Amino acid sequence: MATQTTGDLKLSGLTKEFDTFTAVHPMDLVIPQGSFFALLGPSGCGKTTTLRMVAGLEQPTAGRIHIGDTEITDTKAHQRNVNTVFQSYALFPHMSVLENVEFGLRRRGDKNAVAKAKEALELVQLGEVARKKPAQLSGGMQQRVALARAVVNRPDVLLLDEPLGALDLKLRRQMQIELKRIQQEVGLTFIHVTHDQEEAMTMADTIAVMNAGRIEQLGDPATLYERPASTFVANFLGQSNLLKATVTGPAQNGEVPVTAYDTALTVAADHVPDGVKEVWLGVRPEKLRMGEHGGPNRLHGTVTDVSFTGVATQYLVRMPWGRELTVVQQNDGSNRARPGEDVTVSWAAEHGFALDASQAADAGVEEEG
Amino acid sequence: MAEGAAVVGTGAPVRKPVRRGRWVPYALLAPGLLWLVVFFVVPMITLGSQSLQEGNIDEGYVFTGNVSIYADAVQRYWPHLLRSVGYAGTATVLALLLGYPLAYFMAQKAGRWKNILLILVIAPFFTSFLIRTLAWRNILSDDGPVVAFAQSIGFTSLLQAIGLTSNDTLLASKFAVICGLTYNFLPFMILPLYASLERLDPRLVEAAGDLYASPREAFRRVTWPLSLPGVVAGTLLTFIPAAGDFINSRLLGNTETVMIGQVIDSQFLRVLDYPLAAALSFILLTMIVVLVTFYVRKAGTEELV
Repeated sequence: MATQTTGDLKLSGLTKEFDTFTAVHPMDLVIPQGSFFALLGPSGCGKTTTLRMVAGLEQPTAGRIHIGDTEITDTKAHQRNVNTVFQSYALFPHMSVLENVEFGLRRRGDKNAVAKAKEALELVQLGEVARKKPAQLSGGMQQRVALARAVVNRPDVLLLDEPLGALDLKLRRQMQIELKRIQQEVGLTFIHVTHDQEEAMTMADTIAVMNAGRIEQLGDPATLYERPASTFVANFLGQSNLLKATVTGPAQNGEVPVTAYDTALTVAADHVPDGVKEVWLGVRPEKLRMGEHGGPNRLHGTVTDVSFTGVATQYLVRMPWGRELTVVQQNDGSNRARPGEDVTVSWAAEHGFALDASQAADAGVEEEG
Repeated sequence: MAEGAAVVGTGAPVRKPVRRGRWVPYALLAPGLLWLVVFFVVPMITLGSQSLQEGNIDEGYVFTGNVSIYADAVQRYWPHLLRSVGYAGTATVLALLLGYPLAYFMAQKAGRWKNILLILVIAPFFTSFLIRTLAWRNILSDDGPVVAFAQSIGFTSLLQAIGLTSNDTLLASKFAVICGLTYNFLPFMILPLYASLERLDPRLVEAAGDLYASPREAFRRVTWPLSLPGVVAGTLLTFIPAAGDFINSRLLGNTETVMIGQVIDSQFLRVLDYPLAAALSFILLTMIVVLVTFYVRKAGTEELV
């Protein structure tokens, strides 16, 4: 499906300035047809503004929007073949569920509006509530009606603005799977705006991490997680331990030697940006091992805190220079360390990543609240 | 765990829910009910009985159960009754046409000017109804600038041609009475409209646009139906008092524009034919109740005000 390039969504230099600040800095982005794309970032990063510009609800200050070869920058919202699932659902309260779903089809004079709307309601498994009013449904059901109302029009691009934000955790997990299933079934381009990194990683093929009106990094979930390009991404997607380190020599056998706090360590060469000497050396908590079997990179410290979370145990290990590393261990039956115990923490060279040290180490920390 | 639960269970004995004040709702209802009984129910009964009495002011009235007075009243005054409904209906439609855009603007677009505009809508109430209507006599006076302007653009000729005025001026005409009614009851139209449009979520209109509805279609399918409760409330609050009004037709009209309220007024206070006046009051009341019931059924809403 992604091989057909006629329906790709292209943003070129798309910019939005409000009176006092720039919400979206000039943005270039191509979203392939049929992909599930996520715009991820903390609130105020410009992701919703970007979405609203694609929907035609906000006029860009500069830049162009194309779907395939057709430019839609100046097309009115109601003339764009783009539909939105709103955060608040925005279901029409005076219409039945079925009438809500038929709305878009009827505006375009579709003769089979009723049949198609019923089919869409079946798709979201709500066929039996077609006659009810939205207010009679639960939040999760309303969310699915909003989805059916948009999907039924088979738009070129379907926009989802934090569609699961109002649901509780369990329902959210369920809907994430459901959304992914529906997207694969109908094969439309989905653009999903969210501040929930787990949600983005679960569903999207490609994620653009946004920060302060710019895309920090674009890639598939695994790449973003394993090889973040900035400290913001490293911290915003999951947790990262960042150590100040210096590159000490050229790569040998695909590994770059570095020194952190007088300890010689190594990082996989393709995880190090070119031409940078001072770096943040990052390792994900679950890549660290208690003991020496994790790999040749070793640090010694004292356990200061142990918290049991069920599937895993999370340790805080204080390093001689005062910083604490977070280590997450699977509860695989091995002995648990106790607070006060002196331990060795180890990891393999390919589990580390290096980032330019000119960035703030705490960018993106705790921003999702 | 079960033991712990048992301890908690016995530790805090279940307190009986206190049956606190079953009389409270009645006590809260009482003043209003009393008011309605003394100032509405009793006068209605008196008025009803009055309409079925015969006699005159000097010798006193005797109850005779003379129902035929209703037939007489309708026969003599049906043109006034119809005229009242016609004028009030026209004024209501005009008030809706003027009030809806204003209320929409205030509720959805005015932002921080909202409150100031609301005060401006209510401001005329600071002067008496009578004074305001008298002011219209000055505004529309024959040698005033308004008439001169209306004449110069041919507006007076147009009004004359369609029968709203009888000469080349504005005052003392159907036109002036309907203008007066529209003006005087406009706030009663605007306020309920404002209240229901204020509750309208602008995101619904956005969603309609997103679902291929042109701005016109979005208004027709979303904004208008969702503001219907306000439309119904506003039209009722305008139509009902306008249909019984007796000030506008007296101050701004002529002998051809007499409305039923004016007739009742003069029967009660000048002719002193109490039974006829009482009967006319009841006819007006019944007529309005029937029309309003029909209208509300038609509008299909129970969410009045």
